[in-house]
Amino acid sequence: MREFARRFARNRPALAGLAILLAVIAIALLAPLLYPGSPFALVARPFQPPFEGYLFGTDQLGRDLTAEVVHGARTSLAIGLLATAIAVLVGATMGGLAGYYGGRIDALLMRFTEMFQTIPFFLFAIVLVTVLTPTIGSVILAISVVSWPPMARLVRGEFLAMRGREFVLACVSMGMSDARIILRHILPNALSSIIVTGSLMVATAILIESGLSFLGLSDPNTMSWGYVIGEGRTALRSAWWVCTVPGIAILVTVMAINLVGEGLNDALNPRLRSA
Amino acid sequence: MSESDTVLAIESLTVDLPSWADRPHAVEDLTLDLRHNEILCVVGESGSGKSLMARAILGLFPSRHVRPSAGRILYRGEDLLAAAPEHLRAVRGSRIAMIFQEPMTALNPVLTLGRQIEEAIEVHQPSLRGAARRRVLEMLSAVHLPEPERIYGAYPHQISGGQRQRAMIAMALTLEPDVLIADEPTTALDVTTQAQILALIREIQATRRMAVLFITHDFGVVAEIADRIAVMQQGRLVEHGSAAEVLDAPREPYTRSLLAAVPSIVPAPPRAAIVQAPVAMRVSGLEKTYRSGGVFLGGSARVVHAAKGVAFEIRRGETLGIVGESGSGKSTVARCVARLVEPDAAEIRVGDTDFGRLSRRTLREARRRVQMVFQDPYGSLDPRHTVGNLIAEGPIVHGTAPSVAWERALELLELVGLDRRSAARYPHEFSGGQRQRIGLARALALDPEVLIADEPVSALDVSVQAQVLRLLADVRERLALTVLFITHDLRVAAQVCDSIAVMRRGEIVEYGLTQEVFAAPRHAYTRELFAAVPGRERRRART
Repeated sequence: MREFARRFARNRPALAGLAILLAVIAIALLAPLLYPGSPFALVARPFQPPFEGYLFGTDQLGRDLTAEVVHGARTSLAIGLLATAIAVLVGATMGGLAGYYGGRIDALLMRFTEMFQTIPFFLFAIVLVTVLTPTIGSVILAISVVSWPPMARLVRGEFLAMRGREFVLACVSMGMSDARIILRHILPNALSSIIVTGSLMVATAILIESGLSFLGLSDPNTMSWGYVIGEGRTALRSAWWVCTVPGIAILVTVMAINLVGEGLNDALNPRLRSA
Repeated sequence: MSESDTVLAIESLTVDLPSWADRPHAVEDLTLDLRHNEILCVVGESGSGKSLMARAILGLFPSRHVRPSAGRILYRGEDLLAAAPEHLRAVRGSRIAMIFQEPMTALNPVLTLGRQIEEAIEVHQPSLRGAARRRVLEMLSAVHLPEPERIYGAYPHQISGGQRQRAMIAMALTLEPDVLIADEPTTALDVTTQAQILALIREIQATRRMAVLFITHDFGVVAEIADRIAVMQQGRLVEHGSAAEVLDAPREPYTRSLLAAVPSIVPAPPRAAIVQAPVAMRVSGLEKTYRSGGVFLGGSARVVHAAKGVAFEIRRGETLGIVGESGSGKSTVARCVARLVEPDAAEIRVGDTDFGRLSRRTLREARRRVQMVFQDPYGSLDPRHTVGNLIAEGPIVHGTAPSVAWERALELLELVGLDRRSAARYPHEFSGGQRQRIGLARALALDPEVLIADEPVSALDVSVQAQVLRLLADVRERLALTVLFITHDLRVAAQVCDSIAVMRRGEIVEYGLTQEVFAAPRHAYTRELFAAVPGRERRRART
């Protein structure tokens, strides 16, 4: 563990990413204290430019853009994490079973996975949210439904490779149950790849969520970055800041997560890098 | 010997290792010369720096942290370490050629063999371009490859391992180098193929009067091929001299210990009282066929009979060896018997139990009666658990109280010659030989009736191999273990097994008491195998 921390700390960009990410998380957590009250509240004249009374100015209805972005961080991060958690759970289970048991189970589960992969993921997410009516829950569901297949493929590959390794054969020959072998011996060895891919999936989930809310396909009662951009896009030429500020928030957050993911990859799989 | 005889002279060469390595120098103050028309064998165990030394000659260092810090490498009086990169490139391949251990990875899989060999000609002697094809065909027949025309147009994966190594040699010889560096060229090959390749290298060296620097870890190979021998340990030259001097009258204790560690091909005296013992395991009619390809799109399936009607029995306390070359099906038999792989048909009896027909549930319970020790010391232990956990887990799964299982694990660690404190450490902290001990302790933790050892020492250095074999013999005696021992090495089989079964292409071609089989092999294939064991004649003459 200490070895891992040391390797991660050596990676400057990853550290920067981690710092940014922690800052974003802190802001999201502190949102109710920083900007108490609803971010939907009208506070001032519409279209006030930044730094004139309000840090980032106001939007077309006179809402405080800073409050919107700060509260939006909560939604974006929460959706990103929850959707990823579900996708990882489903994907790892499917991939793990397919990789461990192989044969017919593998064929069946993988054909099922491929079915999902043949549909363009963003269109699929749009269809799901539209059919299910846009609520936070349906957005999370849609994002996890479109993002588990790559995880399933990854975990399947890892399990398949590990299944033939001698330490797993040793477990089998000792008479351990499948569940014990999977959970105690194979999964811990596959964990580093799962963590790395999972962390990058959070970034994608945030992007999908923003895309959906930009198209108006999100809970209208929940503030999110995509929603702010979607609302502000009609005024892009007269009030550039309404789209720009949440856009930069998305950019910075996704970039930070990607940097952390890359850093995790390098630190957890040191063998992949040449000395 | 006159000065001009020396083709290549290494003078007090030191190669530094990076600061985080376990020792400061890969090669330390090494002086050695290679003469015209001789084979100089450099022997050493893994980590002795022998390969690195050989690669240093061509300036092939594994990373930029590994650099020569002192000394010279003189090729016909010219220092290669100080040579300009362009000049070194001109020397490489054309004057000094190299062949490697694994011909599959040393050849480019997307180019035909003919094309790859031609490339060497094009690079070094552009004037020969027009005649390149004829030259390549000449070389292919010089290394006794059948149908040179066909091999010329073949891709590396289309020919066998031995043929690939021949092609590599052809490639190395195309430009008629003075010096051939062979880095473990036969280690990845089967023993019969190895014998052929060694004969080829010998022949080519003699006809071309080349200087050959032959790197190996195997004293059998050394005895077969060397004119002179240099022994390396930990980056230092321990001893060197003519083959007769070093093999028959080694001066240094290290050389003596290495030679003593090579198992004798003469079988150990038979152990008494096994013939009357009850049968612990009986296998009959074992069939296993592998099919590959041809499931979709109607292609024709490739069928491999890994086991055809295999039958044997092991008496309690007996060690049965299954010997064979790669692809003979010996590992498949081991895995089928342990029911790690489901055989197509088989009767497997362990004691009174019909082990082969147990249902999944009852099998899990019964698995403890048949335990396995695996080949790969690095892949057979889960890196994420402590050694103590790994050993104690088996009994715990079968209902032993954790505290009892742990106490037993500690005892077992002592039994296999490791410290009790090892229990709290992780597998990566141990060496290959120690890991095999841990693997053995893990298998013994379940008090198995039959222990299957699948090539348990073939990944180990010869001195470590000797220790592990001694341990195995000792434990076998103390616990009266019944062992099924899979190996490709007849020397090891001679020392360990009471009886042996020789396998070839999925069938047992000869089966009998080790003494009898070794004294008078009946099957032609067995005789061929024996004849191919390197260094046999020489060791026989000595013992």
